[in-house]
Amino acid sequence: MAVADLAGARLRPVAGDRDRRARRVMLALIAVLGAVSVLSLGTGASGTSLWAALGKLARGEEIGLREEVILFDIRLPRLAMGAMVGAALAVSGAVMQGLFRNPLADPGLVGVGAGAGLGAICAIVLGAALPFALGDTLGQYLVPVAAFFGGWATTILLYRLSTSRGRTSVAVMLLGGIALGALAGALSGILIYMADDAQLRDLTFWGLGSLAGATWDKVLVAGPLIALALAATPFLARALNALALGEGPAAHLGIAVQRMKNISILTVAAATGAAVAVSGGIGFVGIVVPHLLRLITGPDHRYLLVNSALLGAALLIAADMIARTVIAPAELPIGIVTATLGGPFFLWILLRNRSLLDL
Amino acid sequence: MATGSDLSIPFVLTRLLHGLAAALAFLAGAPVAAEPAQRVLSLGGAVTEIVHALGQGERLIARDTTSSYPSAVEVLPDVGYFRALSPEGVLSVDPDLILATEGSGPPETMAVLRAADIPLVMIPEGHDMSAIRAKITVIADALGVPDAGAELAAQVDAALVRAIAAGRSDTPPRVLFILSMQGGRIMAAGSGTAAEGIITLAGGVNAMEGFEGYTQVSDEAILMADPDVILMMERSGDHAADDAQIAAHPVLGRTRAAGAGAIVRQPGLLLLGFGPRTPEAVEALNDAFRKARS
Repeated sequence: MAVADLAGARLRPVAGDRDRRARRVMLALIAVLGAVSVLSLGTGASGTSLWAALGKLARGEEIGLREEVILFDIRLPRLAMGAMVGAALAVSGAVMQGLFRNPLADPGLVGVGAGAGLGAICAIVLGAALPFALGDTLGQYLVPVAAFFGGWATTILLYRLSTSRGRTSVAVMLLGGIALGALAGALSGILIYMADDAQLRDLTFWGLGSLAGATWDKVLVAGPLIALALAATPFLARALNALALGEGPAAHLGIAVQRMKNISILTVAAATGAAVAVSGGIGFVGIVVPHLLRLITGPDHRYLLVNSALLGAALLIAADMIARTVIAPAELPIGIVTATLGGPFFLWILLRNRSLLDL
Repeated sequence: MATGSDLSIPFVLTRLLHGLAAALAFLAGAPVAAEPAQRVLSLGGAVTEIVHALGQGERLIARDTTSSYPSAVEVLPDVGYFRALSPEGVLSVDPDLILATEGSGPPETMAVLRAADIPLVMIPEGHDMSAIRAKITVIADALGVPDAGAELAAQVDAALVRAIAAGRSDTPPRVLFILSMQGGRIMAAGSGTAAEGIITLAGGVNAMEGFEGYTQVSDEAILMADPDVILMMERSGDHAADDAQIAAHPVLGRTRAAGAGAIVRQPGLLLLGFGPRTPEAVEALNDAFRKARS
């Protein structure tokens, strides 16, 4: 640990101002997340007001069943799921970019996205063919469960492929991830070909992502998994900082590089797998959030990881507010919102900071 | 609080008792709702059509995206595609009865709607004569107008029987239903589809066999099937293909249908909805098939 401290200390003189700035940004993000959360509970297609309901509860009056369902069974689990999924995707992106030392890396690269997609497609297309009793028991959980195992299995497979004699090759993993992604895409294609009209619609909606299916059950299943994975990331921060110097120098600084890779990959697979399973394919967050924060506060992972979680959560909650109100009473898939609003904004930031961009 | 985690034993027991009571009432044929619903949300094009045909159109307060007929419903709020509903969106139109076509979802949304205690009636889906009757009966009962339902069902049945009789022939035409034709690739209807259902009712035979649902078919398969009639949905945008495009298509242009100019277009909801307008659709197809034979 003493040597790992050295890795942190080496960065400190360069980043003295950045430290203070990163802490200020962290406080600001906590405030933003709080504000967005309250706003989100008060916003929706129906005119149900959070304050009116809280006022009634405070005065000890009864609130209507419909109000209760909207606030506690629709908006609250949706808020929780948005925060979880946003944080999971953003932090996974930050960890992957640090691990691969590649600005393009995101959770999709280790096969989680394609694997989860394949799992979901299997469940949607082949789920109907399951024996009646089995399909009935699994019911609405079939798709998320299949997506999670699809993502997890692909990641573990990729990890085994790229590890020989106890050493994981990041290059093999990067390229293998692309190959496995293409393979999963092809298998998905076969199933898409078999799918009927209604299933195709379901697939399209799944691929665009949505928090509309948020339920307490999903929050309670995916929540602990994501929380556990996110709780592990602060321990990776110093190691990821050292790794920015290269694998050799990081090892010389006393970082257990292989162990750190193992933890990173397990963390990302668990967090992203759970996030994708409950919300479908929400792109973009994993790439944009960490890069945005790097531009503001620099590449120090001690702040980057925490700030990514906060910003990712706030961003997804805000995007979901737009998704569910802009064409109410219908709603947009959230992936459309994150990409149409985030894409141009990110390009603008990039163009303004062309010379500063660095990992 | 009616959260999913709140599964105390008394709660579960009351729910079970409620369910049991509702089931008994249903089996006994007793009306479940004492007060007739006045704010009805209709999910599914054919469901909306039936509500209107029953003369209950003014009770509708919202619809889904697939409900486009009659044109009066287009001014109603649209809660989105019926398989991808948002729970709060549905609650925001404040319905006191939801008529949902089979397949409405996702299941999470339906669960929330049940938790909010909104009467939810599932309307069975099907592609034959008895299915239309079943839809009308279920909807009329849910709206509390069983007499109007029986009348409409009898009327539609009679019209359909007439239309079917008129379409009977010794040489049933072989009909190819094209769902879409993008970039020259043809998505055709196989067995078990609504398209096959309406073709059969109109006295035709589905030219494509050996697969289920709608799928992309090879040029050779179409050449082998050599349909007498090509049937398509009438709609704007890139799905529709005009006659010139079909004549210019390397395979479709060589079919008997293209040679005789037997290319039929009908509105999608009329053709595939299996609602009160199905006799009308069958008649339209009868005419087209007759022309194709002569």
